[in-house]
Amino acid sequence: MTLELEKVSRAVAGVTHIHDVSLRLERGSLNVLLGATLAGKTSLMRLMAGLDAPTSGRVLVDGKDVTGFTVKKRSVAMVYQQFINYPALTVYENIASPLRVAGLPRSEIEARVAEAARLLKLTPYLQRRPLEMSGGQQQRCAIARALVKRADLVLLDEPLANLDYKLREELREELPRIFASTGAVFVYATTEPMEALLLGGSTATLREGRLTQFGPTAEVYRRPGDLATARVFSDPPLNTLQATKSGGTVRLQAGGSIPVAGAFASVPDGSYTIGVRAHHLQVEAGEGHEAAPSINGVFRLRASVTVAEITGSETYLHMEAGETPLIALLPGIRGLEPGTAVDVLVDPGQILLFDSAGARAGRALDAAA
Amino acid sequence: MNSSSRGGTFVMVLYLVFLMLPIYWLVNMSLKTNFEINTTVSLWPRDITFEHYIKIFTDSSWYSGYINSLTYVVLNTIISISLALPAAYAFSRYTFVGDKHLFFWLLSNRMAPPAVFALPFFNLYSAIGLFDTPWAVALAHCLFNVPLAVWILEGFMSGVPREIDETAAIDGYSFPRFFVKIFMPLIASGIGVAAFFCFMFSWVELLLARTLTATNAKPIAVTMTRTVSAAGMDWGLLAAAGVLTIIPGALVIWFVRNYIAKGFALGRV
Repeated sequence: MTLELEKVSRAVAGVTHIHDVSLRLERGSLNVLLGATLAGKTSLMRLMAGLDAPTSGRVLVDGKDVTGFTVKKRSVAMVYQQFINYPALTVYENIASPLRVAGLPRSEIEARVAEAARLLKLTPYLQRRPLEMSGGQQQRCAIARALVKRADLVLLDEPLANLDYKLREELREELPRIFASTGAVFVYATTEPMEALLLGGSTATLREGRLTQFGPTAEVYRRPGDLATARVFSDPPLNTLQATKSGGTVRLQAGGSIPVAGAFASVPDGSYTIGVRAHHLQVEAGEGHEAAPSINGVFRLRASVTVAEITGSETYLHMEAGETPLIALLPGIRGLEPGTAVDVLVDPGQILLFDSAGARAGRALDAAA
Repeated sequence: MNSSSRGGTFVMVLYLVFLMLPIYWLVNMSLKTNFEINTTVSLWPRDITFEHYIKIFTDSSWYSGYINSLTYVVLNTIISISLALPAAYAFSRYTFVGDKHLFFWLLSNRMAPPAVFALPFFNLYSAIGLFDTPWAVALAHCLFNVPLAVWILEGFMSGVPREIDETAAIDGYSFPRFFVKIFMPLIASGIGVAAFFCFMFSWVELLLARTLTATNAKPIAVTMTRTVSAAGMDWGLLAAAGVLTIIPGALVIWFVRNYIAKGFALGRV
């Protein structure tokens, strides 16, 4: 089926949770809802499922208006972030429950449960109760129950957020594969940009209840349509700098100016916001000499280290250039003490450029990804 | 054993003796003859007799008291729990106009002394022919037990994640089927605790039970007042009846002892 949301809004007690979202999800597609906590991912999923009714707008399934239909009349499966199973039933009965309610013959139920249990590696635990298993197994049980139903719409609301790292990796790889064969519309909500990129498919970025962009995941990451999308789809957080283009030069508010280059070449004079991903910042030791001027068409900013977070083989370097916080992701271990002066290099060929309203400006640069 | 724990043990034993002494004395009395009760102070029966117990179990005016009491207590517990389950679910899951006020009002019913309600109940039940039936007492006790059961069950129900309700709806469960098959097993201990409190309250309540019955449905506590006669008090018989009155409560406590701790942890008991 195809699921279509038409200008859907939802307000609860005067507070708008979802604001005018239009979205079309195709049959057999994998869709990621990406947004920070409270961005409206769960609210949107509940509207898709029919657990909540939209305040305005329509929900269409295969072109048919199902806005007022309750969840029981739709073909939906949902997995929550918390491990939701029926504690009083065994794992087998948990997985079988949607089939029993549907009144399927016994042999069919057995076959389908066995198949789902095999895919999710639950076969040895079928006679246990959910609370007697580990968190990962409990969540797999919930996923198996969603799978066995063969619903047209499968909603996964941060299903891996409460699992440990290793299990998350495993299930993240398996999930799209398991559900791909069912031809269902698959919706996966996550707060992590990295997870969206690993899953692929299409991504819808949400911010404060609004849909900021929807398209193929890599496309949205590489060419975010506006500053909000770029911020949502960036981990560590996107570095932003204010810049003014006038005549043949671009001047950074934080200091330094260079001749027009990169994305600036195709935009009119004015004020812009530069977005730079952490791994595109370069850092050079700035100790022992005056701040060097911007040369060779590369901005050079004097900054001071606030924290260096070392994660095994990489370093997240938090800095401040005047008032502007910056984060750089550097390869290798760089144990810089807080307060160390450094030079930050920003290559105009590797930036995302946004106009004063926050919309993408200038020619798209693949290098900016 | 060091001195401080020995001191602790001593205090504990003293406390237990203090608690158990009246119960022991009751049992002690129930096994003595009236002559021994009235003439000597003995720590244990010199001359053990079961005549009082035999009288209670053979004389229908005595044992029917127990049957009457148990009848209205069980009726009341069943009515209270079956009314409180849907009410508690509504309070726990939905918001509606005045829900908090209604919830508090339910509780405030428990603050009114039962004597206030004795007269209206007496008049009402006489008018509609319920007077002197187990239903009269069972329904009257609902006034106190339904709010209590709602209050206890609401606490247990709110501990069940709402997502379970939604998952069941997504799976296609009808509401009654979900409630009985999925939801009630999850709050089984809450139902146990609520039933226990309904049982105990109804079992020990005397004023309404006495006012609303005459002969046919007379509860045991009222029967016990019959032992005063021209020949004086039948102490032994009274003590035996008292011992038998403790037993049902003790049995019920034994069955729900683990759940009660959970109820206390929820702050609802």
